[in-house]
Amino acid sequence: MDVRFKISADGTSVDEAGLKYDINDFDSWAVEAALQLKEKAGQGEVVVISLGPDAAQETIRKALSMGADRAVHLKADRIPFDGFAIAGALAAELRDGGYDLILFGKMSPDSSNGIVGPIVAEMLGLPCVSAISRLDVADGKGTAKRELEGAQEIVEFPLPAVLTVDEGLNTARYPSLKGIMAAKRKPLEVKPALLGDTKVSVQRLELPPERAAGRIIGEGAAAVPDLIKALQTEAKVL
Amino acid sequence: MTNVFAYAEARNGELRKVALETVTAARKLADSIGGEVHALLVGAPGIGARADQLAQHGADVVLVSEHAGFSQYNPEAAAALAADRIKGGGYRAAIFATSAQGRDLAPRVAAKLGVGLVTDVTAVELNGDVVIVRHPMNIGKIVATISIANTPAVISIRPNTFTPVPSARQGRVETVAPVGDPSASRVVVKELIQGGGGKLDLSDAPVVIAGGRGLKAAENFKMVEELADAFGNAAVGATRAVTDDGWRPHSDQIGQTGRLVSPDLYIAVAISGAVQHLAGMRTSRTIVAINKDKDAPIFKVADYGIVGDAFEVVPVLTAAVREARKGH
Repeated sequence: MDVRFKISADGTSVDEAGLKYDINDFDSWAVEAALQLKEKAGQGEVVVISLGPDAAQETIRKALSMGADRAVHLKADRIPFDGFAIAGALAAELRDGGYDLILFGKMSPDSSNGIVGPIVAEMLGLPCVSAISRLDVADGKGTAKRELEGAQEIVEFPLPAVLTVDEGLNTARYPSLKGIMAAKRKPLEVKPALLGDTKVSVQRLELPPERAAGRIIGEGAAAVPDLIKALQTEAKVL
Repeated sequence: MTNVFAYAEARNGELRKVALETVTAARKLADSIGGEVHALLVGAPGIGARADQLAQHGADVVLVSEHAGFSQYNPEAAAALAADRIKGGGYRAAIFATSAQGRDLAPRVAAKLGVGLVTDVTAVELNGDVVIVRHPMNIGKIVATISIANTPAVISIRPNTFTPVPSARQGRVETVAPVGDPSASRVVVKELIQGGGGKLDLSDAPVVIAGGRGLKAAENFKMVEELADAFGNAAVGATRAVTDDGWRPHSDQIGQTGRLVSPDLYIAVAISGAVQHLAGMRTSRTIVAINKDKDAPIFKVADYGIVGDAFEVVPVLTAAVREARKGH
């Protein structure tokens, strides 16, 4: 599905009319990782925390229907662009939660900054491993794999810790009908988000310029010589 | 406050290309305010030998910190040292790369400094006293212009966007001690697994050839690899459908949840062009699409298209590229 965004009249935010909130892939893998750890340990509790307007509760319900035990909705009129403001509110909620692991998706596709997890870790003084694609936890320690450009790192860390999740860690389960029904009765606590200071501000949003229309060189292998010529003389990349 | 800090990323004792891009971006910003560029280079003993490359690209000062605990990326110790140097240096801005390492490091540093951070920056300038950056968001469908009022402004730049420009300086080397003991970090990289046996990485390659599900089977990527070989400076990527099916590793995935690439030439082979894939490659300089469906969305972003069966077109293209590159 192709999404066309509209900019609000103020020029600094996305017009959310007609857009539907949903859990993003990275976050769904983070929820899945938490559920798998609980299932493997045979004990424990998975708590889902989300920050945003009322519409964020759809996302929360989805995580609950996947199997999370309870949820906290940190209510804000809108989701700030500034990751610091978000991290401040999350750290305040997480600080005394006694969590063994705090999992984040590695970035939101909306603001596309990918900074909230590591900033929360710093605020809480916890070890942090970002963008993990494999995870093993045992005896109060964890081992994770990170994907680098053309390489991978194997990283060890002690618990409690903050992790952010990349593609490849797992495949998120679909909520079952039973899960969806059960989610309706699970505890969802709503409280105001204590947003931190805003450090950066959006001056304006624009739609990127469309790429200039290209052209079909031709059909089949017969078009190859013309393509080679175009790459040599027009694009100058060959 | 006119000086600019640059974090020079290294891996396994070698500078990464993004290190030169970071220094280049810092040089440009420093020139606009008449300041110096100070680059921090962290690594195992011997890394200081790479300082010269940074000076060649515009670093007035190279701060070198060598320690056995820095032989692999050491996120906690590197962040502590970078934050300490930035705080002590009174910089206008601190620039990192939006690489796997920089994505991990920059938010730690910004949090330690209590200052704002914008990642994946494609342009940076100074407006009076405020650092203004451009940042693509919403899967590349929106470009934000963002102001960072506090000092220093911490930003990380998008790879392959700030082309390294030689700008030789003397590059005074200053040795700096780590903050605390790098060997005592809680988060420890135990092993670095180098992939690809010297092959170019997707982020660094001037040419990227990507294959989609239209290739029908994992073994048919051999055809894509042969085309990449013909170019000699190409890396092979794939769509999410392909990596989800296990035909290629997840690290090869180009798109919204995978890698962002911006090469000089991008060739999409048997890729329909889902919006999630376009998010990872639409800023490539020249895009070529080969697809048998003339209505495939990939043709909307392609500069040049060939409507045809990849199995027929690609081998002919491979031979033609080999011929064209003879003598290179």
